[in-house]
Amino acid sequence: MRVSLPFLIALAALAGSPAALAQEPKAATGEPPPGSPMTQPAQAGSGDTPIAMLYRPVPAPSSYDAEAEPEDLGVAGARMAVKDNNTTGRFTKQTYALDEVALEPGQDPVAAAKALAAKGVHYFALTLPAEEVLAVADALKGEDVVILNAGAPDDRLRGADCRANVFHTIPSRAMQTDALAQYMTLMRWRKIFLIVGPSERDKAYADALRNSAKKFGLKITAEKPWTFGPLAKARGDTPTRAEAMVFTRGLDYDMAIVADEEGDWGDYVPFRTVDPRPVAGTQGLIATTWHPTLETWGAAQAQNRFRRQTGRLMRPLDYQAWAAIRTIGEAATQKKSAEIGVIRPYLTTPEFSLPAYKGVALTYRPWDRQLRQPVIVVQPKAMVSVAPEQGFIHQRTPLDTLGTDEPETACKLR
Amino acid sequence: MVARVRAGLGAALLVWLGTAGGAEAFTAYVTNEKANTVSVIDTTTLAVTGTWKVGRRPRGVTLSKDDKELFVCASDDDRIDVLDTATGKVVRSLRSGPDPEQFILDQSGNPLYVANEDDSQVTIIDIEKNKVLAEVPVGVEPEGMGLSPDGKILVNTSETTNMAHFIDTKTFEVIDNVLVDARPRFAEFSTDGKLLWVSAEVGGTVSIIDTGTRKVIRKISFKIPGVTDEQIQPVGVRLTKDGAKAFVALGPANRVAVIDAKTYEVQKYLPVGQRVWQLAFTPDEKQLWTTNGTSNDVSVIDVEALKVVKSIPVGLLPWGVTISKK
Repeated sequence: MRVSLPFLIALAALAGSPAALAQEPKAATGEPPPGSPMTQPAQAGSGDTPIAMLYRPVPAPSSYDAEAEPEDLGVAGARMAVKDNNTTGRFTKQTYALDEVALEPGQDPVAAAKALAAKGVHYFALTLPAEEVLAVADALKGEDVVILNAGAPDDRLRGADCRANVFHTIPSRAMQTDALAQYMTLMRWRKIFLIVGPSERDKAYADALRNSAKKFGLKITAEKPWTFGPLAKARGDTPTRAEAMVFTRGLDYDMAIVADEEGDWGDYVPFRTVDPRPVAGTQGLIATTWHPTLETWGAAQAQNRFRRQTGRLMRPLDYQAWAAIRTIGEAATQKKSAEIGVIRPYLTTPEFSLPAYKGVALTYRPWDRQLRQPVIVVQPKAMVSVAPEQGFIHQRTPLDTLGTDEPETACKLR
Repeated sequence: MVARVRAGLGAALLVWLGTAGGAEAFTAYVTNEKANTVSVIDTTTLAVTGTWKVGRRPRGVTLSKDDKELFVCASDDDRIDVLDTATGKVVRSLRSGPDPEQFILDQSGNPLYVANEDDSQVTIIDIEKNKVLAEVPVGVEPEGMGLSPDGKILVNTSETTNMAHFIDTKTFEVIDNVLVDARPRFAEFSTDGKLLWVSAEVGGTVSIIDTGTRKVIRKISFKIPGVTDEQIQPVGVRLTKDGAKAFVALGPANRVAVIDAKTYEVQKYLPVGQRVWQLAFTPDEKQLWTTNGTSNDVSVIDVEALKVVKSIPVGLLPWGVTISKK
């Protein structure tokens, strides 16, 4: 990715300009031109259904960061979804406006969400951490709202800490590690060396991985904490850490799995293991929702549309925010109404489904409000596989072989 | 005559054998989405007689009324290439608007109705003057294009909006929208114009719309032993002129469904290549051709026997197919 990324973006910018000229004016939706400031509240027309998007802008990267996260990460997908909703809405007389709330560091999302709810906003998309998702959900308990969690993969939000008003478009960690475990099963790679980072998120990922290993009959033959610091973020002239090079010595495993959700050290491991073994987990071979090389099932169209609108490639968080806002638009098209009283109960019925470039229609699990979806298994430059893998069957749908199934759920919706 | 082109390429004997066998020789043109080529195949000998270079990401393909020109959507070049079928050379390009995917030619031979997939519009082009006559805003990711037999109604399906848009070809206005199942890919009118068949790739169904009331009167779904419902993704639809049979390509189910077009019962599933998308009949309806994207080949079905008679390797990711009228 590193070499070709600037080139791709340059191409995108070139390809984007004539197309942009040909676009019809759509001022009413408040879609900002690429590169414009990010906090740009839409001018909601009187008939527009407002959808709020609460997010924290990504801080500016250091002077050089080859893979810096774009500042409009996530919200750019939301903007595309509102535009898609409105293109369809032309024919159904349903129009939408995005209320973008870019939270300042330290700003409480609860106050912002309450103010919006008081203004009559019923739909909220969040790309916030689990504790903030819970805080917003509890503050809006009893209100007529649907909250769509596009950013927190935490299993507890689908388990003990689930909420009746929260729907999840991002796959849970369990779904992600189940996808990897299915792929390993398919390849008959049964022995795992698990390397766990220091953060709570890393530990949660490792927990999910342990559950997946048990579920699919894989063996964790070795497990070690990572204690060498953020070596993947170290500069190229930093001396290689000898003890990090040898800590994989004398182990019996087929695949190393790194649990490093912050991306501090996981990319240090591939090609540095003593035995030549592939690396998966949060780096290396990963399970995710979106990738630049995803182009089947119509995804190429979404990739092009996104690139034309933003001048960059679509990322998983953009896709998850897109799916959140398209959920509302799609349900409203199907029910011919955008009323919260119609939409909220409809989302968990088997009749509702969201086409979202995955080859199958996606639905919400009624027991924990998680969006069922295929999970793509990718390496940095290519798609490797799609879970559920062939042969993993389930009485309801193969998609339910990923994540926590109804009989196991700890979720009691309230 | 296409036959003369073949003769010019040194296949005179084969053409002669073909005519002697009673079947007419037609020419099939297959777009290869990732090879940026068109494969040219003789329908009698079933041999690839040429591979023509076209613009990037060729998808939709059709012929002029006199078969002398081949139109190819070069999606990534935002244009339609026009090839001389005698020479296989691109002779001109049409201003199609961005990302043309599928199109349909008016029965009179002009204009051409084009779905611009990335741009949520249908562009109507005068192919003689290379002039845009109208741009009609439709839903997100327009794809399927059907034209009523009287030429008065154009139908476009939009893959993300999930509608069939009915467009008046006089005023270029959208006059109605019919909601169908997820990701509608193709629209095909019955010969009498009374019914419209619309496939839904993700929905896994084909909707039959009464064009008078513009209501869905029937939905056909598919069940294949050993194939998951998720793999059944209907795309291309073709109806026989006598209204007796319908054929539906089922994508990664790797089968073409044969349907009784009167009772809507599925009679048979014909195994073809992998990820089958588009279909085309020979003009005598003796053969049905399918494009199989993942196996990089086309399958030829004997329509009377309902048997696949041959698979022919073509270029990378075959997408569309059209067959000459002569």
